[in-house]
Amino acid sequence: MSIDTEQLFDSQAVTRISQSQQEPEWMLKRRLKALEQVDQLPLPRLEKTRIDRWNFTAFDPVSVHDPVSSSEELPEEVQQLISSEEEDTVFVQKNSSPIYLRLAEELQAKGVIFSDLATASREHADLVQKYFMTDGIQPEEHKLSALHAALVSGGLFLYVPQNVTIDIPVQVVFWASGKGLGTFPHLLVVGESGSHFNVVANFVSDPDSDAVINGAVEVFAGDNAKVRIASLHTEEKETTEVVYRRAVVGRDADLEWIVGDLNSGRTISDNTTHMKGNGGNARIKSITVGAGNERSNLTSTVRHWGSHTESDITARGVMKDQAQSILNGITKIEKGAVRANGVQAEKVLMLSREARGDANPILLIDENDVQAGHAASVGRIDPIQMFYLMSRGLSRREAERLIIFGFVGPVLDTIPFESLKKRMTDVIERKLG
Amino acid sequence: MTAPELKIKDLHVSIEEKEILKGVNLELKGGEIHAIMGPNGTGKSTLAQALMGHPRYEVTKGDVRLDGEDVLEMEVDERARKGLFLAMQYPSEISGVTNSDFLRSAVNAQRGEGNEVSIMKFIKQLDKKMDQLGMDESFANRYLNEGFSGGEKKRNEILQMMMLEPRVAILDEIDSGLDIDALKVVADGVNSMRNPETGFLIITHYQRLLNYIKPDFVHVVMQGRIVKSGGPELAERLEAEGYDWVKEELGIEDETVESKA
Ligand SMILES: Nc1ncnc2c1ncn2[C@@H]1O[C@H](COP(=O)(O)OP(=O)(O)OP(=O)(O)O)[C@@H](O)[C@H]1O
Ligand SMILES: [Mg+2]
Repeated sequence: MSIDTEQLFDSQAVTRISQSQQEPEWMLKRRLKALEQVDQLPLPRLEKTRIDRWNFTAFDPVSVHDPVSSSEELPEEVQQLISSEEEDTVFVQKNSSPIYLRLAEELQAKGVIFSDLATASREHADLVQKYFMTDGIQPEEHKLSALHAALVSGGLFLYVPQNVTIDIPVQVVFWASGKGLGTFPHLLVVGESGSHFNVVANFVSDPDSDAVINGAVEVFAGDNAKVRIASLHTEEKETTEVVYRRAVVGRDADLEWIVGDLNSGRTISDNTTHMKGNGGNARIKSITVGAGNERSNLTSTVRHWGSHTESDITARGVMKDQAQSILNGITKIEKGAVRANGVQAEKVLMLSREARGDANPILLIDENDVQAGHAASVGRIDPIQMFYLMSRGLSRREAERLIIFGFVGPVLDTIPFESLKKRMTDVIERKLG
Repeated sequence: MTAPELKIKDLHVSIEEKEILKGVNLELKGGEIHAIMGPNGTGKSTLAQALMGHPRYEVTKGDVRLDGEDVLEMEVDERARKGLFLAMQYPSEISGVTNSDFLRSAVNAQRGEGNEVSIMKFIKQLDKKMDQLGMDESFANRYLNEGFSGGEKKRNEILQMMMLEPRVAILDEIDSGLDIDALKVVADGVNSMRNPETGFLIITHYQRLLNYIKPDFVHVVMQGRIVKSGGPELAERLEAEGYDWVKEELGIEDETVESKA
């Protein structure tokens, strides 16, 4: 099955999206240029996952919703994802439309920018032009990134000025609702030098939604910045999600990713961190749990450009039923990144015979004076461990639960926000059934 | 709670098609301490593991009852909840699961749903028992047995026993790897649990432990059977003279680790 995307999304449709959001001319131009590339570019090439029959294009790319004036008007399930204290900073997007946005007054005063992308492209054109789909994810990477650039709607721009600290995590929800829809969430985060903040982004869907979600997260951590970003994906059975996350880490900056790939449908998750500035440090922690017939291809990449940069990828996957997941870890040390140190460990725990899990660690090193290491494993629950736990009275289920949570512990236990940890724990429990 | 009664009749156990236990008979009641001795490789751990339900040990014949209930029919966790406990010769290490989380789950499993112990009460209990065993507080938050030294693992087994208060406790070489002070501490732990509602089956190679924990009965296992039983004086004689005289008396040859099946 090949779909002629040109017929599905023509330049008029793209122009309408841009104009309906009152975007400036330069933004429209970028969209139209990306649209041209959609047909020329191939799908991304994925290790061991066939995606040529996945639906990436057959949907209505626009679904508009009215804003709500208070978080209480949001449905229960969405409210649960956010807290609604006065001092919180929250953004909620439903399909194509940002429907709720609140920036804590105190942050406004400090010069923090927190607005939907279209508004930002009018009011802070210089910043958006500089950071939006330039050094993070680029439209010309492949067909899906070009499609994203052409059809993106809504989106959030978070800008934290120099030396500004935000104590409470910024909360973001991208919510897909309804059938036959494509959504293009985009989260653009720029932290200037010395800034210090955390973001928790939730990607969710209604239980019956069959949305195709083509999303992007771009994070720029300036020199000496300290940024932690959690990206939690819990989209339901019928959905297909492609999410490209990119981070650029400045000099002596510290970046932490916490990724929960916990969708119930099909997922392509690609996380790339560029260690640009000297002395930067990044930790990438991810958990995936696969159940039912889920398919996922999850890649964490770190590219070291700067000297004395350090990175650590820790990935854990738990697979049950007939789920299939490919976990790739790529640490690339470029020429010139002297004294870089990149380590990674991917581990998969298989709970059923029919499940499939692959852990593929890859080290690519173009510089001599570096350190690097990797570990990978795919295993099953040890029956002797089960015996040991059960011999103390634990039921099979409880013993398994302890072993599984022990297995994902190196990621889960290090999450600094209790509410996020609790939510991830709950989702994992639910998925394990 | 009533005093437990464990009855083992003609128990045969195989590992990977090889018969290790060839008809073990033993009766144990609450308040009694039975010691099991015997040369290496004769089936002592096999007996312990088979009683607990280790998946690699296959019971091919015989009968085990706890208070009249068929133990061999029970799942491992059910055996535990009925009061059976095995301090293992080689306890498993489980990464990512803290000792205290594990112990709390175990205690709660024992108590049953709706009757869970409060966290405060649990922590108090745990502190007290760890103190009694001379274990540093940090062991509560370490991963279960991970990186524990041989002796630390043994203490941790005893800690679990003390927290779970089993009705029949089987201790498999709990004294191996313990330094002299630890041996005394562990023995005190066991003695603190001596009561009419708890029976002990203690597997050991050394009289040393039995100096601290006075057994009521001593059994010698050879060739997959209990070949001789007696009182504490039997252990003393074995310590002094070894096993040769038993073999001679019974006409057994070649009962060593090198013995060919
Ligand atoms: N997986 C196995 N395959 C074959 N033989 C086994 C296996 N496991 C144990 N055995 C054998 O079973 C016999 C009994 O072992 P067991 O552990 O019960 O001995 P033991 O009396 O506890 O010895 P020790 O005093 O050294 O602890 C030994 O000969 C041992 O080699
Ligand atoms: Mg043994």
